[in-house]
Amino acid sequence: MFGYLIRRFLAMIPVLVIVAAITFILMHAAPGGPWDRDPSAKQLDATTLKRMNEYYGLDKPLWRQFTAYVFGDFNSKGAFICGAICGNLGPSYRVRGMTVQSILFSPPEDKPFWYSKFGYSARLGVFALLFAIVIGIPVGIFSALNRNSIFDYIGLFITTVGISVPNFVIAIYLIIIFGSWLHLIAIVPKSWEPISAWILPAVVLGFGTLARTARMTRASMLEVIRQDYIRTARAKGLAERVVITRHMIKNAMIPVVTILGPALAGLVTGAFIIETMFSFPGMGREYVLSIQRRDYSMIMGTTLLFAFLVALANLSVDIVYVFLDPRIKLS
Amino acid sequence: MATATGNEQNIANLDMPTKRRSLWADAWYRLFRNKGAVVGMVVIAIFLLIAIFASVIFPPTVNGVKNPHAPLTINDGKGFLPPAWIAEGPNGQKSDPSFILGTDTLGRDVLSRVLYGARVSMVVGFVPTIIMLVVGLVIGLYSGYQGGWVDNVLMRLTDIIWAFPDLLFFIIVMIALRDTPLGQAFNGLLMLFGALALVNWVGEARVVRGQVLSLKEKEFVEAARCIGATDTRIMFKHILPNSLGPVIIMSAMMVPGMIITEAILGFLGLGLIPAQDPNSFFITSWGALMLEGQTALNAQPWLLLGAATCVALVVLSFNFLGDGLRDAFDPRLQGTQ
Repeated sequence: MFGYLIRRFLAMIPVLVIVAAITFILMHAAPGGPWDRDPSAKQLDATTLKRMNEYYGLDKPLWRQFTAYVFGDFNSKGAFICGAICGNLGPSYRVRGMTVQSILFSPPEDKPFWYSKFGYSARLGVFALLFAIVIGIPVGIFSALNRNSIFDYIGLFITTVGISVPNFVIAIYLIIIFGSWLHLIAIVPKSWEPISAWILPAVVLGFGTLARTARMTRASMLEVIRQDYIRTARAKGLAERVVITRHMIKNAMIPVVTILGPALAGLVTGAFIIETMFSFPGMGREYVLSIQRRDYSMIMGTTLLFAFLVALANLSVDIVYVFLDPRIKLS
Repeated sequence: MATATGNEQNIANLDMPTKRRSLWADAWYRLFRNKGAVVGMVVIAIFLLIAIFASVIFPPTVNGVKNPHAPLTINDGKGFLPPAWIAEGPNGQKSDPSFILGTDTLGRDVLSRVLYGARVSMVVGFVPTIIMLVVGLVIGLYSGYQGGWVDNVLMRLTDIIWAFPDLLFFIIVMIALRDTPLGQAFNGLLMLFGALALVNWVGEARVVRGQVLSLKEKEFVEAARCIGATDTRIMFKHILPNSLGPVIIMSAMMVPGMIITEAILGFLGLGLIPAQDPNSFFITSWGALMLEGQTALNAQPWLLLGAATCVALVVLSFNFLGDGLRDAFDPRLQGTQ
């Protein structure tokens, strides 16, 4: 088990390095650079520009900039500065005196960790996932138990809508209905302190996952209902309630649980449209902004973080499987 | 005697009560029995017609005079007209029945803009899918049949592409190359096609590869090899037709993804570059319309509703069609997903 984990983590490294390389190439292929300002405003003078480039290493050849970012490089004093593999995501080009990791992970003063950009995005992802689980799994179970009933058909239709219609389109409808017509919620909340402000973004973000969870639960329940051990359980006279909870649901949940890890990663990393729409102070919006500002280290750092989270989520599936299904062995 | 031969004739006729159907005819038959799939096909057909004939419905000029309903005609003093079914908008403007969906900030007809937007979505849905289909089929076939380094490279490539959050890739590509000639070609659509196809062909190739791996051990391939068929012939005549089912399903499922991606990128201001010339083929896209509409979301929701409803309708239709295709080609999978 332990050896397997180590191997999987090591296998992640080349993938992440290549992801970094692609991002790096594309980023530098983009016209403009981090020091570009409005051409009508006051421009940087040549000496400042030179010193800035030296400070950030932009005067070095590109391959060296890349290795310096990912693995590390010697600075002008000859000391080795470790790169992204040590968790050092580099200084931000646009926010003075801040490193990328402190922009993403450190909260404003005297606030707990979950007030950081990453914390906000993670909280939104967790809320969305909770919403998806709390509604999706019961709907799936109920649909499967009442197959071909009117409830099943309505559920199937709504989940099809949820899977196919992109979340920002759903967001538009919900904002128009609840925001402009019913005036139940503020479209852009003044503060993210009250929990009510989180409801709409979390619901919108979680709706697709809800639909997928409900479908998966239904399909997996229908698979389990056919099994022989369910007939056995009924034959030995167990109460229907026990058959459903102990025998059906417990077995039907295995495939469902395994999709939740990647779903959470998807919710945390894939929220940038929702974050942009609701002016949410999270990581996704910061990412879109950083691309527009050509904040090189911020783009690299956030992409790497996203790719790492996705890889971690995929790994978590394999591990969770072992705990849920003792027949599977890791090798 | 005569009656007896008549009966024999009848019995002989009874022997073949049904016509034999090929696998494809069978699949078609099942597809057309699926109500959702048929509705989906009808909706897609309607949008295809709209996309083709948008410039006939709303021509830029009528008898040499600028058409007030053309998507780029600016009607002064008619900004933010509410849709026809609302008598008076929140800004006090009276609605004009000829502008069914109202007008935007510059007084441009929203309905005609939405209809022109269908062009982008239809093209984005189909063109990259066809590119990917061809590339994925050829590479998947080769990699599954021959194995070797092509196969290895394909597998590693898939690992990398699946680890890369694909929307991030599109955003970076679109921003990076937007101002280059490549990014400007076809109002930015060429770049979009390239990026979409680049990410998605791998999935297609993997599906084909999996199919080929299982098919090439089958008896009919062995038989073909025994009678001396060449590798190319086996690949394209024997394996390819048998692996098409899953490929068609996968392609139909990918189309809505493309349309959504275009809409998202347009919504972030990175999709189609809006045209200035009223005669150009691609004027605006649904994503761009939603971006324009978002600023006036509270007071003028009709700017968004048309485009949002169209995206939802088209994507739903493709999903129903995809579900129908899956059930038609592989009845065993019915209702599992």
